[in-house]
Amino acid sequence: MVAWAAGESQALRIAAGGSKRDFGRPIDAARVLDLSLLRGIVDYEPAELVLTAQAATPMAEVTAALEARGQMLAFEPPDWRGLLQSEAEPTLGGTLACNMAGPRRVRAGAARDHFLGFAAVNGRGEIWKAGGKVVKNVTGYDMCKLQAGAFGTLSVLTEVSVKVLPRPETTSSVVLFGLSEADAIRTLAAALNSPHEVSGAAHVPAAFAGRSQIAGAFPAGQAVTALRLEGPTPSVVYRASALEALHRPCTILEAPESAVLWREIGAVQPLLAGDASAVWRVCVTPSAAPALLRVVRDTLAGAEGFYDWGGGLLWIEADASLDAGEAAIRGAVAASGGHATLVRGSAELRARLAVFQPLAGPLEALTRRIKAAFDPLGILNPGRMQQGI
Amino acid sequence: MLMPLPDGEIIARRAEIVAALRRIVPGEGVIDSEIERRAYESDALTAYRTLPLVVVLPETTAQVVEVMRYCTAQGIKLVPRGSGTSLSGGALPLADAVLLAMGKFKRILDIDIENRCVVVQPGVTNLAITHAVQDQGFYYAPDPSSQIACSIGGNVAENSGGVHCLKYGLTTNNVIGIEFVTIAGEVIRLGGKHFDAAGYDLLGVMVGSEGLLGVVTEVTVRILPKPPGARALMIGFPSVEGAAECVADIIGRGIIPGGMEMMDRPAIHAAEAFVNAGYPLDADALLIVELDGCDAEVHHLVAEVEGIASVHGANSCRTSHSEDERLLFWAGRKAAFPAIGRISPDYLCMDGTIPRGRLSEVLIRMRQMEGLHGLRVANVFHAGDGNLHPLIMYDANIPGELERAEEFGNDILRLCVEVGGVLTGEHGVGVEKRDLMGTMFNEIDLNQQQHVKCAFDPHSLLNPGKMFPQLCRCAELGRVHVHAGQTRFPDLPRF
Repeated sequence: MVAWAAGESQALRIAAGGSKRDFGRPIDAARVLDLSLLRGIVDYEPAELVLTAQAATPMAEVTAALEARGQMLAFEPPDWRGLLQSEAEPTLGGTLACNMAGPRRVRAGAARDHFLGFAAVNGRGEIWKAGGKVVKNVTGYDMCKLQAGAFGTLSVLTEVSVKVLPRPETTSSVVLFGLSEADAIRTLAAALNSPHEVSGAAHVPAAFAGRSQIAGAFPAGQAVTALRLEGPTPSVVYRASALEALHRPCTILEAPESAVLWREIGAVQPLLAGDASAVWRVCVTPSAAPALLRVVRDTLAGAEGFYDWGGGLLWIEADASLDAGEAAIRGAVAASGGHATLVRGSAELRARLAVFQPLAGPLEALTRRIKAAFDPLGILNPGRMQQGI
Repeated sequence: MLMPLPDGEIIARRAEIVAALRRIVPGEGVIDSEIERRAYESDALTAYRTLPLVVVLPETTAQVVEVMRYCTAQGIKLVPRGSGTSLSGGALPLADAVLLAMGKFKRILDIDIENRCVVVQPGVTNLAITHAVQDQGFYYAPDPSSQIACSIGGNVAENSGGVHCLKYGLTTNNVIGIEFVTIAGEVIRLGGKHFDAAGYDLLGVMVGSEGLLGVVTEVTVRILPKPPGARALMIGFPSVEGAAECVADIIGRGIIPGGMEMMDRPAIHAAEAFVNAGYPLDADALLIVELDGCDAEVHHLVAEVEGIASVHGANSCRTSHSEDERLLFWAGRKAAFPAIGRISPDYLCMDGTIPRGRLSEVLIRMRQMEGLHGLRVANVFHAGDGNLHPLIMYDANIPGELERAEEFGNDILRLCVEVGGVLTGEHGVGVEKRDLMGTMFNEIDLNQQQHVKCAFDPHSLLNPGKMFPQLCRCAELGRVHVHAGQTRFPDLPRF
């Protein structure tokens, strides 16, 4: 199919579940390459910590198979269907191609860090493979890293192998209330810098904390600062009491409520009240995050946000009119280092603005050469990431 | 091992090239005399030696840029080198190439505890990073056995691992930013103190690219808080099968130890004779399992692992009760390579990864191969992640033994691939495993990798002769339509 498209120079939009169709720039392609039949787990040996599946295997199927054996994808792929206003089924291939990562990113890495190997079709219509089906491998260039976060612009993944890890026996969260943003980020950093193995570190301002399903557990009108602990029960109990002693007054959420809170943070639920707004995902040096959000608020009326990854991930909601806050946000990011992505916006907005951080100079030229190294005719998801990429 | 034929024209221009490099890097930064160049003729894969054309030791990124520009303009090849501890020949010089040694990039630039990262120059050693932050309770996690000497720039090139990487990851999972110089002399920064780089994950592909894509001039690494405690268990088994099942069961019960190492009988005996760690000499397999975390966690997990070990027929099990005892348990494992060096004049250290479930089968077939090749092998094994280090013992003074050892090693690596594993878990391909790439990848797979090489280095000037069994001609690779199955460059010498 891709070989045909290469022969005819026909651009393809690559689709499987379709849950992330509206993530990225609108694709200029008349034809859709529908992979949804490439589904099913090919091989899963829990003791090897490796799962191999066809690329369009639904995440629900992968998660269920892993849960049955007490395992998980440690990068905690978040469910963005609410954010992207889609009811379609996320797939394993799409999750990897978009380099998804949830709150556990601070401790366990992103999809890129768990992507072991794959089979794919490049833009020349050739079937190729890279990586392996073992957890430790440095044979050849690490092509998994390049495919993760390439949004299908370099190759069409057909089969993927991922590293899986044991699910923690239990989890709980230590929650503090009413901190200023600067104090909250300092508190998160101190906790991440402690030996207590914090696996989630988020701060949600008062305006959004009330939207949580478990808002009843929080004092009304106060910001929520949360630290997650996971592991064997005696260890979690000990570490929770150690953090509690440092941060009194605070509340400890037990496993069920803790799970709800982190699922909501991964799903960007705090920002989902208004469905017309634009939502930006900003990766920034953690300690610089509060100042960055302050600058954005000062220059952009109505903009709001919350923090995950100890401040390293800032979600910002802005009015979708004009430039949806692009100039203000990118200006602030340029001053502090990092990158911003417009995750939610209308097709018109995503066509008009730079969805991903603009590249320049030698890095842009190299990026274009990399694109051409896989897809010389520009037929795979053309324009999804940048003009011509 | 055949390397690309040296270009006589370049060698003839040596004096002119040395003079040009001296204009870029003054004083002692250009090494010209044969005696001094000899010090650079090999890395830790000492079976291969080549005298470099000239050695350059730049001190600034600007000098690296100028050297790269000069080499590009003149069509001169360039081999980057860190501390020269590669076990796969990644820094093996070429007779017609400039050797760019990064040893003078020794400064730690920024220790940022608040954001849990350290910015260093690439010549800083792996262990020096931990030394710089340990007073504040932090460490840098990847710990290759050469960590006292190996440089972080070399770790980035090779994506180095270590005994703790099942739980804490390889270099690629712990490096968050780099600055590098392309062969054309462009300076590119990827990542930084924030999570994930913008755009394609070029940082991910630079890590582990074995010096074929660019020269790293600055590295930002993630540091981690030191676990409050760690204890090690030393468990002896009457059979490899018992030990292998124990490993599978530990992981199956949801325990990811900080380290989990296995040694076979020859390795146990060699190590014990060397360091007297109290290893059980009656065991066919020894497991060292390290559990780290808070006391409550370590206490809980030690009890679980002791229980699992006894279920699988362990005939001895000792748990460390002090830091000294923990280090003693490790001493034998960490000294396994020199211990083998004491009982054999030379040894080859192999580095395949296998699915752990195939371990017993692989070890049995390795014993059969010993007879076939007339050489002995001892095995140390990163049991948690399936990374096997067979140490093939030989005597280089006996004609033909090195060749037999290499052939034995190749057979072992082919076996690793046959059972579903890979050629290298952490040492890199280099020159050592270059000619075996075809056992894992077909021509299209390798060509796709070469296309990436061409995007960075269109004239194949950076570290040629490494990683790929065939030199690459980018212009020809660039043609889109090729008839399936046809050999691409029949005129190119395979080496």
